[in-house]
Amino acid sequence: MPETLFEKIWNAHRVAERADGRELIYIDRHVLHELHAPHAFETLQKQQRPVRRPDLTFSAQDHTVSTQPGRTDDTNPSGAAFIKAMREGSRRNGIKVFDLGDPDQGISHVVGPELGMVLPGATHAVPDSHASTVGGLGALAFGVGTTELGHILATQVIAMKRPKSMLVRLEGKLAPHVTAKDVALRIIAEIGVAGARGHVVEYAGSAVRAMPMEQRMTLCNLNIEMGGRSGFVAPDDGTFQWIAGRPFAPQGAMWDRALAHWKTLKTDAGATYDREIVLDCSDLEPQITWGTDPGQVLGISGRVPDPSGATDGSKRAAMESALSYMGLEPGMALVGLLVHRVFIGSCTNARLPDLQTAADVVRGRKVAPGVVAMVVPGSSRVKREAEAAGLDRVFRDAGFFWGESGCSMCAGGNGDRGEPGERIVSTTNRNFENRQGPKVRTHLVSPATAAATAIAGRIADVRQLGRM
Amino acid sequence: MQPFRSHTGIAVPLLQDDINTDQMAPVAAMRDMKPDYKKMLFMRARAEEKDFVLNQPQFANPGMLVTGQNFGAGSSREAAVWGMLANNIRVIVAKSFADIYRENCLQNGLLPVVLDARDQDAFIDRVVAANGSAPFTADLEKQIISGPGGPDIRFDIPAADRTRLLEGLDDIGLTLKHDGEIKAWEQRIAVAQPWLQTAKDSRSNV
Repeated sequence: MPETLFEKIWNAHRVAERADGRELIYIDRHVLHELHAPHAFETLQKQQRPVRRPDLTFSAQDHTVSTQPGRTDDTNPSGAAFIKAMREGSRRNGIKVFDLGDPDQGISHVVGPELGMVLPGATHAVPDSHASTVGGLGALAFGVGTTELGHILATQVIAMKRPKSMLVRLEGKLAPHVTAKDVALRIIAEIGVAGARGHVVEYAGSAVRAMPMEQRMTLCNLNIEMGGRSGFVAPDDGTFQWIAGRPFAPQGAMWDRALAHWKTLKTDAGATYDREIVLDCSDLEPQITWGTDPGQVLGISGRVPDPSGATDGSKRAAMESALSYMGLEPGMALVGLLVHRVFIGSCTNARLPDLQTAADVVRGRKVAPGVVAMVVPGSSRVKREAEAAGLDRVFRDAGFFWGESGCSMCAGGNGDRGEPGERIVSTTNRNFENRQGPKVRTHLVSPATAAATAIAGRIADVRQLGRM
Repeated sequence: MQPFRSHTGIAVPLLQDDINTDQMAPVAAMRDMKPDYKKMLFMRARAEEKDFVLNQPQFANPGMLVTGQNFGAGSSREAAVWGMLANNIRVIVAKSFADIYRENCLQNGLLPVVLDARDQDAFIDRVVAANGSAPFTADLEKQIISGPGGPDIRFDIPAADRTRLLEGLDDIGLTLKHDGEIKAWEQRIAVAQPWLQTAKDSRSNV
């Protein structure tokens, strides 16, 4: 019976079926962060339950950490309690923490892959909905809540019903300046913010194969924004090369054995999915959100839609509300709108190639007067590598703030937020109302579009750069 | 976990789709480890929108939330469920739930109900008509919602989820009954795919 790769990974990790019908799926790597893990540590302590596999568990400090140079636990006063509780809970349970000041500190979804913790065909859990970022390397990752996180700490398995499977086949060659971010926003626009609910998505097709690993991670990162339970790309030679030599990856003879296994990780010919969609990406232009959910998306040359065209009453109301919040009118172009702030960062778009792409746009130019522009690398390693390549100079010379690594303005948990009424162009993953600050208007874009916008001081089409 | 058998309370109509966890529990409110979850729930809407449903006096003591599609989209933060419980909302009737949010409900003894498509709009009409004047009851043992304006409505829920809520089962305890199988899996994989059972930093061996 031909199987999908999801079925293969699921079955290979299936430990047992519980009396209540849930299957127990072994979690190979568990990466925690300080906003949610301390509560689970506290509960386990009360229940006097040990962490079963501290050696397979790692702690990141990312959501609440300051991005200011010379930061300490207390630089962001709202983060201090979490950062300290994370450190203490990790120490008590024998879990390695990538703490402030550690050269491996960074956003959990960025650190896991770059350290080689993320392996093809392995299972992961993170108490964060963007867990499936690491699916870009062929791992099956689940985002969980705090109670489930405690369950995994105590048992090293997740108890769940098997989700359905879905194939998203992306064909064609992406045009210059069009990236995985644009592709992902277009998919969400096409199938909606609940379009993959209950499904594990496999991304395949020629457009995916052509994407470097960092882009595949961006693609899988946004899987939750269409409601997907997990999302991944089957590994290939590019994946294996990317992982080889990373500190926590297998080495020597163990590497050879692992590699031989990883090469078998494919969906069988003739295997079927519960749902399949195909998108031709050849004619795709850079995408941008106009509204307040990640499915309200336009091509950069498009016009804001008219809610009166919506047939569904609930959808129409949501569009009207989004237009009002965003300060937009139907029929407007977004290109040319004044912006107050530009943010380049987050687990979606803060890996080295993201910063390189943005720097290529910025090089030799200046941030427009009045625009606050920030770059926050996804990890301390990305920051060091970017500095070694001189990217920090490019950004600083142009007038960008160059920050210490963390989640920063994505959710604002570290105090990096916009001011009420500001229009922000951001490489993050959620344009929800008030997410980047009270009354802040967020437009989600790729790093290239964000960089072009910072230079123009207005929402910009990066393809028009020469004419700016 | 607190068992859930039956819960009676004022049903609050929050008739939008795609309500996300940022709306229910903004990160900006998580300033320390033990925030006031009761106040946190929908705090922005409560502060800024005079007519927001939870600001209306007839809904001052809610027990049940009635809402649209894809309730609980976005972040996995469990505070978005803890805020419901802190306000005594122990039942959410939605047209559909985001996966992680629904799981977080089950983990905390909050009953997530999706009515049969034929019953959804009629039930919403009844909740709107009641307008907080009389309570509704969700009875999980009988799988029935009852209240003013019409007959009892039967709802389906997977048997495993029902049992878990009714018995308030200790999820970790339930799983640890399979401890032997977990150990056996680990031993088998340590031989077959040893790279999965070890996560060592090769730099520290140099």
